[in-house]
Amino acid sequence: MSATAVAPRRRSVPDPHELPRLLAGAGVGQGPVPLEEHVERHGVLPKEISRREAARLIDLVEASGLRGRGGAGFPTGRKLRAVAERGHRAVVVANGSEGEPASAKDKVLLRRVPHLVLDGAALASATVGAAEAFIVVGEGAERERLAIEDAVAERERRRLDGVAFRVVTVPDRFVAGEETALVNFLNGGPAKPTFTPPRPFERGVGGLPTLVQNVETLAHLALVARYGPAWFRGLGTEDQPGTALVTLDGAVGRPGVYEIPVGLPLRDLVERAGGVSAPISAFLVGGYFGAWIGVQNAVDLTLSNTGLAAAGASLGAGTIIALPTGTCGVVETARVARYLAGESARQCGPCLHGLDAIATAVEHLAARKKQRRGGSEDLPRWTAQVKGRGACRHPDGAARLVESALTVFADELARHARGTCTGDGRPLLRLPEARR
Amino acid sequence: MSSLLRVNPITCEAHGLCAELFPERISLDDWGYPIVDPEPVTPELEEHARRAVEACPTLALALLRAGDRSPSGKT
Repeated sequence: MSATAVAPRRRSVPDPHELPRLLAGAGVGQGPVPLEEHVERHGVLPKEISRREAARLIDLVEASGLRGRGGAGFPTGRKLRAVAERGHRAVVVANGSEGEPASAKDKVLLRRVPHLVLDGAALASATVGAAEAFIVVGEGAERERLAIEDAVAERERRRLDGVAFRVVTVPDRFVAGEETALVNFLNGGPAKPTFTPPRPFERGVGGLPTLVQNVETLAHLALVARYGPAWFRGLGTEDQPGTALVTLDGAVGRPGVYEIPVGLPLRDLVERAGGVSAPISAFLVGGYFGAWIGVQNAVDLTLSNTGLAAAGASLGAGTIIALPTGTCGVVETARVARYLAGESARQCGPCLHGLDAIATAVEHLAARKKQRRGGSEDLPRWTAQVKGRGACRHPDGAARLVESALTVFADELARHARGTCTGDGRPLLRLPEARR
Repeated sequence: MSSLLRVNPITCEAHGLCAELFPERISLDDWGYPIVDPEPVTPELEEHARRAVEACPTLALALLRAGDRSPSGKT
């Protein structure tokens, strides 16, 4: 029995312990890896696969332990199986919308190795029986859209795929990338989450069973299909095998997107990025849905969900920001809390009202204002109250971020209560221009 | 057999009738939206639960048997 689902024509299997995998051959500042070079490196995939091969691929993906890389970390094999088992013509959605302003990893992937993403989308389509695969990019991601459109055109000329790719742009909103929001948008509705069930795998785009996968997940899938689960597990941890793309920003020498083995110590990542460029007070791990971790607790952490759980964080979509001591964590949290409140789809009361109240309270703490009503004493109750009470997880993520700030920046909050602040007033965390 | 209450947070408009009719399992948050106790609704309480469901002007409250409440999420 072969260790791989598909047998591409290529020379050799890459070293399972070698980095990079996804970004192999893709240099910083270079254009997308062209089709010839991509095929030279990874081989051509079969245009169609049999039912048996499809079943075999699902088994392999399950054995690989690959999990979704959009933030939620759901096992990819299980999701594939759920759609395939509907036994109906399906739809695939490759989610490259990357609505979080601090994250750049999906854009880097689309821009540099579009063919790996398309390979994954084609394989997933063949596996679940989809004739159509939507490749979703954010509205502002012009270069990424062009890279993927060019790649689709290259493949169409060569008649490489048994699936029709449709490149679609979605509004640059934080919640637009949530899977029910994407499905709603592709069905002609607003890019806002819907109340489930039915979930996309039951009834999604055009009423068909729909597989929504993050583009990084699909790129890994394209490698698992070729090189097998044992190869995939050659890097990463038992629970979260493989490599991951992370976006490192803030006070480091070379901010950017890095491919790391899951479980890499945070200090090693920072070292790869040229070390810190200023003394650090905390790291924001997991992006704007993530958690602050004080620097004394952060340095020994490893970048996996298990490694981060002790610090109350998870890897999420892999965004990590180093906060220098000259930037106030309370002020930064207030900025993001206000942004997230504004990014509410405004459909669910606890999110619409709760995130606004939470953001206002954090803003008052940041501005060192005494609140007559609705100050810091209400915050723990509010953050607890909004969790799990929206149609999507938007309120949960915002609440988690604020909760971690209240703990990690306790000293700074005490300074604010006395009327002082360590910040130099320059904003650090990336936010789009205010829209309202 | 017990049941589970589930609020559709998109259709809910914070009328608050449910909390009035079924305080055993439903309270209101600071903005008047219902917080449902995750404890299953036992058969003795089912009549109260059903009344709360029927009273909801936006049909946002449902009583589910052996509920499947898996969250939606990013991929």
